[in-house]
Amino acid sequence: MAKQMTGAEMVVQALADQGVDTVFGYPGGAVLPIYDAIFHQNYVKHVLVRHEQGAGHAAEGYARSTGKVGVLLVTSGPGATNAVTALTDALMDSIPLVCLTGQVPTHLIGSDAFQECDTVGITRHCTKHNYLVRSIEDLPRILHEAFHVARSGRPGPVVVDLPKDVQFATGDYNFVKNITHKTYQPKMKGDLDKIKQAVEMMAQAKRPVFYTGGGVINSGKPASDTLRELAGLTGFPVTSTLMGLGAYPANGKQWLGMLGMHGTYEANLTMHGSDLIICVGARFDDRITGRLDAFAPDAKKIHIDIDPSSINKNVKVDLGIIGDCGHVLEDMVRLWRSEARKSDAAALSEWWKQIDIWRKRNSLAFRNSKNVIKPQHAVQRLYELTKDRDTYITTEVGQHQMWAAQHYHFNEPNRWMTSGGLGTMGYGLPAAIGTQMAHPQSLVIDIAGEASILMNIQEMSTAHQYRLPVKIFILNNEYMGMVRQWQELLHGGRYSESYSASLPDFVKLADAYGAKGIRCDDPAKLDDAIMEMINHPGAVIFDCLVDKEENCFPMIPSGKAHNEMILADVDQDIGAVIDEKGKMLV
Amino acid sequence: MTDIASLSPYSSATVRSNAERHTLSVLVDNEPGVLARVVGLFSGRGYNIESLTVAEVAHAEHWSRITIVTTGSPEAIEQISHQLERIVPIHKVTDLTLHGRSIERDLALIKVAGKGENRIEAQRLAQAFNAKIVDTTLESFIFELSGKPEKIDDFVELVRPLGLVELARTGIAALSRGPVAS
Repeated sequence: MAKQMTGAEMVVQALADQGVDTVFGYPGGAVLPIYDAIFHQNYVKHVLVRHEQGAGHAAEGYARSTGKVGVLLVTSGPGATNAVTALTDALMDSIPLVCLTGQVPTHLIGSDAFQECDTVGITRHCTKHNYLVRSIEDLPRILHEAFHVARSGRPGPVVVDLPKDVQFATGDYNFVKNITHKTYQPKMKGDLDKIKQAVEMMAQAKRPVFYTGGGVINSGKPASDTLRELAGLTGFPVTSTLMGLGAYPANGKQWLGMLGMHGTYEANLTMHGSDLIICVGARFDDRITGRLDAFAPDAKKIHIDIDPSSINKNVKVDLGIIGDCGHVLEDMVRLWRSEARKSDAAALSEWWKQIDIWRKRNSLAFRNSKNVIKPQHAVQRLYELTKDRDTYITTEVGQHQMWAAQHYHFNEPNRWMTSGGLGTMGYGLPAAIGTQMAHPQSLVIDIAGEASILMNIQEMSTAHQYRLPVKIFILNNEYMGMVRQWQELLHGGRYSESYSASLPDFVKLADAYGAKGIRCDDPAKLDDAIMEMINHPGAVIFDCLVDKEENCFPMIPSGKAHNEMILADVDQDIGAVIDEKGKMLV
Repeated sequence: MTDIASLSPYSSATVRSNAERHTLSVLVDNEPGVLARVVGLFSGRGYNIESLTVAEVAHAEHWSRITIVTTGSPEAIEQISHQLERIVPIHKVTDLTLHGRSIERDLALIKVAGKGENRIEAQRLAQAFNAKIVDTTLESFIFELSGKPEKIDDFVELVRPLGLVELARTGIAALSRGPVAS
């Protein structure tokens, strides 16, 4: 039964019908009718951010920690352009978002009106899909289609651009629950013959490895459960990308740790030495593969991905299975059982012997200190003191992010929110706000760097307004640490513009934002300081002063292969390891 | 200076030698911006466009067909097809070159100006190529010629010394042979 309402009311009604309880946004001239509709209802809660980029990352944090679609609402022109970084971030990491943007009235479009920009033009490249709503008749369909496109298939951000006259216009509202789109129909079930072939290859493998990614998290909790079941049935080792941490538990005995540029020795050498890689919901990106022509030279590769364009994009695979990895894993488990498959136990036992030798190298080890807090030690203590709580971790981007990935351990999916593909500094605080909104009773910690945190520090004001007890744990080394590390390795230690000069006093800054400030520079006092942070009922900025020139290892230098990784305590001129070709890469 | 492309970690950038020319037929929902999505994909990902045509082909269904000629390694072409399939309003992407033999046609309007022997020669060539004269003055012709792109290339080269003034080409429209839709 169609109901008459205004466009602005339809927007709020559609949010309610889609089960959206929280929207992150910032008002402005071109969205005033929607804000008025929000004023008149109690179902959808609006969180006022301090910058539209913050709204986007908050929505991402909300989405990643819940598995639901994150929603942001911004005005035309600068509201939309400020959201672009977050939209691109969500596209790279396959995070479902719906971004509602205001637009000047349709008759002014193209006239360079005040706060006008070509939002659909600008966001075409950083969204999965976008819409400009030209008439009220199209609005209900487009709103619901936007949610369908954002959450189904390979998830991603969708922009709906809403001219102000459409928001004021009146029309019929309908909610169709199950949309079948005429052109967009992602394939969920994998081809059964190919899955059979995959199971056959797995049963014959001598040196297999599961390489899993964010797709397993995106597919939902059942996919993680099935991955664990399949890993258990086969006995194969499991490694994961940055985005996929938590899908397989870090305390599982087959866990190798993260792979890639800053992955563990055992994960990267297992990949390099394997004869079968089963890639589940990951995309062979350059942080993972290192030098392509030397990537896993002896391995046959099975690639399970919902996006056909991911298969054979960077690495040619032997068997590509297009489908939702949850469904495909389920079919694999079923076939493995029904065909009474067995792994090659003798070969596997040899393989594990080799892996255990690599493990003994203890590649994440570092020289601890009694005088200065080592950043790795800080993350380890944070982990030990929070692991038994209901904890969610977000990060900014840089060294601290890699140390968090290496030394904080995740046993469940959806507990780890980080910017992987785009590498967006300033992601962590707003993401923590979005996560805390979704999980008000949980402990939400943003592991940050002193440089990244300043990129969206204004969101402290949001945390204050909504009494969100987010904890910001800054590994403060007074450098843009990863930039400094690369300058040390590649540019003769000339630290051009990477020193974090004129930093604010973070303790006073916390005070200014109505939060608690804690500073610690003594390893002996670290545990107490962390406990003080955890036990404080409100927001905390923890200024953890760490060793200034610690490097993040292990590291696969640019242009090198998995078996050419650098370990922490190897005494060598690292600059000389990377050749001219490597220096050209990012 | 080192060739940056050869340093790319992506195999597609290094595989230049086995470049092939493919014709892709893309059936799309004729909604605003759909052409920009397709063209933007090519520029954003660094793919080539040699020729591109677009027009509505089914008014009631609101469908347009975009025909794109592109070059790249077989892996790159496969990637282009899959990237196109990700665009939401795209119904179907067919690689006509993989599909077997297909019919490809290009249409050109060619203006040639000249007097005396050159003018007569241009007219003779037009007859030989089955080009139609669609405009004439005492010192010029516009020829309309359709056919395979190579045929048009040949004609243009022949009339160039005879006083070629300018030309306009539609780009390639293509369909697979046989009774069924590609």
